[in-house]
Amino acid sequence: MISLSDVPFRTPLATFGPMVFIGLLLVTAPWWLPAIGLYQYLGTEIAIWLIFALGFNLLFGYAGLHSFGHGAYLGIGAYAFGLWQQNVMVGLWSGLAAAILAAGIAGAIVGALISHRRGIYYALMTIAFGQVFWFSAMKLHSITGGEDGLLGIPRPALELGFASVDMRSNVALFYLAAVFLIVALVVLRRLVNSPFGRVLQAIRQNEMRARFAGYEVWHFKWAAFVISAMFAGLAGGLFSMAQQSAYPDVMSLHQSGLIVMMVLVGGGLVSFWGPIFGVLLYFVARDVLGGLTETWLLWYGLMFMGMVMLRPEGVAGMLHLLVRRVSGERSGAELAAEKVS
Amino acid sequence: MSLFEAHNIQKRFGSRVVLENISLSFEEGQVSGIMGPNGAGKTTCFHVLTGQHQPDRGEIVFDGRSITGLPPQRIATKGISRSFQIMNLFDDSVVIENVMLALPEFRERRRSFLAPVFGDAALVDAAMQVLEQVGLAAKAWEKATSLSYGDRRALEIGVALAARPRILFLDEPTSGLGSDAIRNLARLVKRMRQTVTIVMIEHDMRFLFELADRISVIHWGQVIAEGTPQELQANPWIRRSSLGELADA
Repeated sequence: MISLSDVPFRTPLATFGPMVFIGLLLVTAPWWLPAIGLYQYLGTEIAIWLIFALGFNLLFGYAGLHSFGHGAYLGIGAYAFGLWQQNVMVGLWSGLAAAILAAGIAGAIVGALISHRRGIYYALMTIAFGQVFWFSAMKLHSITGGEDGLLGIPRPALELGFASVDMRSNVALFYLAAVFLIVALVVLRRLVNSPFGRVLQAIRQNEMRARFAGYEVWHFKWAAFVISAMFAGLAGGLFSMAQQSAYPDVMSLHQSGLIVMMVLVGGGLVSFWGPIFGVLLYFVARDVLGGLTETWLLWYGLMFMGMVMLRPEGVAGMLHLLVRRVSGERSGAELAAEKVS
Repeated sequence: MSLFEAHNIQKRFGSRVVLENISLSFEEGQVSGIMGPNGAGKTTCFHVLTGQHQPDRGEIVFDGRSITGLPPQRIATKGISRSFQIMNLFDDSVVIENVMLALPEFRERRRSFLAPVFGDAALVDAAMQVLEQVGLAAKAWEKATSLSYGDRRALEIGVALAARPRILFLDEPTSGLGSDAIRNLARLVKRMRQTVTIVMIEHDMRFLFELADRISVIHWGQVIAEGTPQELQANPWIRRSSLGELADA
């Protein structure tokens, strides 16, 4: 059985294989997406949700901290980007920086208030704060536009110093989101295998022992919350660019539940790559199943229930089992030989 | 002055007084033993000395400075380490990582966000040295959860030792071990005592009397006798109690 805290394989194929595969998929997406009957915007949406899901899994899977109100930070990123464009200046880099910063600050405040809690109390506090942000977005009409949200958010051009790239086309926006996704993948992959990331996983496994090893546990829990909120903020900023609007719905409990469901179904509890499968499955189900029946959510929900009961390790865990069956069982010593010291 | 001293420690849980009035001192370079019947308050005493529980009264002094009331993570960084009676490992992680996480140099790098842990040869080597000491080098890359009971006990000590403490508290290290494993453990304690002060709670009297320089007997939340193993074996009060039979064993 795999787990998040396995020693990462350091053979070049294992380290770069999935990254290269994902990179190729992303680069060629504008050609193959229409070819299989899907549309370009879906690629952008998936890339954005992948950034959100991967950042969320740092908290949910790696740190074992169950946040059920994380949609709030996606929403804060979206509003911050929109408000920046409408009230400060039109600019892509500054707008995204504002989105990341705003979500990070909100995450820092909430994280400081909840990081001393554990289990059900932690989860309930995340819901409570998520609802506070959602309710504020609904009621602060003069700032957030209330239920309608912020409309007409511009898509600023990408200024690279030597060139300026127009972001009004969905293909250009997709590539921008794809680059951020690759950066998020590389940064998070390194983060979870850094001393900080490994301590976080130790805390998930045994908080008391981590304390006796000299770690100030709540600092790590707080930092994990802030970092994951910042990734949500980045995703939110890109989302408001994509939608050219920001609205309270992305902060709702429903959306927060959705990200949990995606991460669980994909296998975020056992694999770094899990959230990727979960997000893909959800969007493919929404568009393919949704094209066949209006009741697609019912079927998706049933699949989620079946997965939790029969295969709680999710898609990633199932794939791992399949690969092991195909390639044959290997002894622990053989596996250890591949691990670098 | 002793390396570690506890003065008039009292600990109660609700109306139940578990530690009535405990005073202990552990000399640098010695192996000190704590014995007593079940429920005497030995493990609670360890919990209080290492920060898991706060004492209601009394003072704990390490190396001339009060550490009374400090949380375990602060106490750990001062050079005080402990193992647990009920094993407390990072089960999902491999053996070597359990040890690495406790290394002081790993703790110093805790704010390193992007450097890969397993690519750091110095960290891996340092952890390997600890594993060699406790006899687990060959199982370094196995998951902690897959180890046998005896190996898990050894890892428990390895994790405590990895912190390179000045004083090491071992809570019933022989618990559940067979005679071969106990002999190995005795050899390990003899090696460890050359570099670290050791305090251990132990039920295996033969083990304790062979290794300890001084032993304190705790009963009813108090220290009822103290001395070298020979002094205790000669103590008439101890001889009359059930502990006397154990001491003769």
